[in-house]
Amino acid sequence: MALSEPVDLERIRTFVAVRRAARPARRAALSLALPLVVFLVLTFVAPILYLLVTAVDNPETRSVLPRTLGALETWDGASTPDEAVFAALAADLKQAKADSTAALVGKRLNYEIPGMRSKMLAASRMAAGLEAGPFRERFLEQGDIWAAPETWSVIRRNGAGLTPYYLLTALDLKQAPSGGLEGVAPDQAIFLSVLGRTLLVAGIVTGLTLILGYPVAYVLTIAPKTIAAVMMLMVLLPLWTSLLVRTTAWVVLLQSDGVINSVLMALHLTTEKVQLIFTRIGTVTAMTHIQLPFTILPIYSVMRSIQPTQLRAARSLGSGPTSAFWRIYAPQTLPGVVAGCLMTFILSLGYYITPALVGGPQDQMVSNFISVYINRDLNWGLAAALGVVLLLVTLAIYGLFLRLVGADKIKLG
Amino acid sequence: MKMTIGRRAVTLLGMLALTAAPALAEGSLSVMSFGGAYQEAQRKAVFESYTAATGIKVDEQEYGGEIAKIAAMVESGNTTVDVVDVDAPTLLQGCDDGIFEKIDWDKIGPKDDWLAGTTSDCGVGTIVYSTALAYNAATLKDGPKVIADLFDTAKFPGKRGLWKNPATNLEFALLADGVPADQVYEVLSTPEGVDRAFAKLDTIKKDIVWWEAGAQAPQLLASGEVVMTTAWNGRIYNANKEGQDFKIVWDNQILDSNYWVIPKGAKNPEASIAFIKHAVEPKVLAGTTKYIPYGPVRKSASEFVTPEDAANLPTSPANMTVALTLDNAFWADNGDEIRKRFTTWLAQ
Repeated sequence: MALSEPVDLERIRTFVAVRRAARPARRAALSLALPLVVFLVLTFVAPILYLLVTAVDNPETRSVLPRTLGALETWDGASTPDEAVFAALAADLKQAKADSTAALVGKRLNYEIPGMRSKMLAASRMAAGLEAGPFRERFLEQGDIWAAPETWSVIRRNGAGLTPYYLLTALDLKQAPSGGLEGVAPDQAIFLSVLGRTLLVAGIVTGLTLILGYPVAYVLTIAPKTIAAVMMLMVLLPLWTSLLVRTTAWVVLLQSDGVINSVLMALHLTTEKVQLIFTRIGTVTAMTHIQLPFTILPIYSVMRSIQPTQLRAARSLGSGPTSAFWRIYAPQTLPGVVAGCLMTFILSLGYYITPALVGGPQDQMVSNFISVYINRDLNWGLAAALGVVLLLVTLAIYGLFLRLVGADKIKLG
Repeated sequence: MKMTIGRRAVTLLGMLALTAAPALAEGSLSVMSFGGAYQEAQRKAVFESYTAATGIKVDEQEYGGEIAKIAAMVESGNTTVDVVDVDAPTLLQGCDDGIFEKIDWDKIGPKDDWLAGTTSDCGVGTIVYSTALAYNAATLKDGPKVIADLFDTAKFPGKRGLWKNPATNLEFALLADGVPADQVYEVLSTPEGVDRAFAKLDTIKKDIVWWEAGAQAPQLLASGEVVMTTAWNGRIYNANKEGQDFKIVWDNQILDSNYWVIPKGAKNPEASIAFIKHAVEPKVLAGTTKYIPYGPVRKSASEFVTPEDAANLPTSPANMTVALTLDNAFWADNGDEIRKRFTTWLAQ
């Protein structure tokens, strides 16, 4: 029995000595990798953590309306609150007016109660001029919004430092007054369909680049060197051109009076102009063109490592050309196909300028909304939540691919 | 206040980036605007005269109007820009979020000289631009005259270009549906009003080509993709300078303005306010109209504008007969909800 054998001290000593001797080399190797590790932590891990935190962070109501939240603790949740709550609100808003923070909490509550931003601003202006109560009547004069129990339950709910609001909104859900979850109104439910559309377009583009790119990669491996070099240049050239330039070039080609329509009309293939631009066709065409190199290159580099002699051997052993290709050659290219498709699919999820310029009215992708919420609305919570959803979907798809083909089957070269 | 965790993270990253931007050079002021023909006009009319008068050089920056850029700079505690030109929604957002300094109007001028709605606690109005209907007179001899023509596909068959944004389009729809300009936002504040605007847009939905970047609108007209489009008036003017024959229908144009603001924590607040005071001097404002057709926001500036420049301005009396001023507070309150509805409507 192994357990009853005496411990071989000599072997352990040798092992430790070897480890010790190798330590400087290991440290040198680690210190070489250290800049990269630090870089990755700073530029990759930290932003993702920040993204996750931003998606649930909810500081506004808590910091601006602390007295109100305290007074609301004894509120029954079903009627207009009493004078004590309004007095606390008046005190909070008076302070908020002095600190210019009323708009901040107004904007946050406006996400859940449209119109709340200006109501809060107006109320803070009024509160700044109020010396003594009763406060309740004065607020109720400002509008029905202050009488509605829903307003107060939203305020009370947002007293928590963390909120599920952004993540729920990103999934077209909201918290019901009773506490459960319910779907948002049909005309407000946009994000799931946008996400589905983003995945669909990315999938179509990936499929098309594979169908178009696979033969190109194959020809690249068997063509004579000089021709292969020219072909390679043609594959790489689009990569070196700016995305905007390529997209604008597609506008010129696809527009109603554009090159493609002129050619079609000159050849009498069509008598009426075909609507190509501002349609899904436009989006898919332009994106496929831009993504082709990303699919071709991994497939090509894997194909190059496959010995052509194997195909010949298969033929000489009696296999037909089709069967030799599908049974001997194609399975070996799978790692490149998976890597190329994954790369194109994931990159396609992030497109929004191209769909915006050549796509139809429906072609708004998730990234488009993320950019709007970051750059224009400063609603970073919702942008982060959409980012989290997109990240999780991407990871799920990546995981699915790994399960289907195995981690060792993904090769970039 | 906003996102303390965020601020700490950004500050940390900012420090690690060795606070790359150098401290403001002696005798220069960093001014950020929208680039392109607009900033070129500002350079000729505002920056050069400012340097000539004070000896202070203007260190020009450009951005695309992203408020996130200013917010990130302010939150990192390293404000490297002294003055920024922002559009009205950005002014409102930034004022709400506390990323702009308060303006001491005593140092600028009398507020009542500014057009209504172009003064703010955080910003000083500079120019007025317009979103209006435009068409190609080279291909369409008898063009549209009133905003209702935008919705009249019997009289003007063909595609029309609209900005892919509910703002301005819902207003145009109601105006064309007969709502007087001064009641548009009253109507739009009710659910029925929003329904009415969308119903009007429904009547031309299949004929709409949506544009997103300002440069697309004149391009759509030039390529014949659309018979008419809404557009920003400066873009149409520029296209005409390049040889196009586009005409603007001033009827029911929608006005909006830009503002000078000082980002919070700017290093030279005195110099910033002095720059703004110079930039909105009536003569300087009027000078800008020589290079770009955006109206001056100060009433006292109009006497310095030459008649030929005045003809192209959205604010000249002949063009202002029926005009609506975009209500940015309305859009700040209801924008998110209406935009979501707009998106579902687009996809239907």
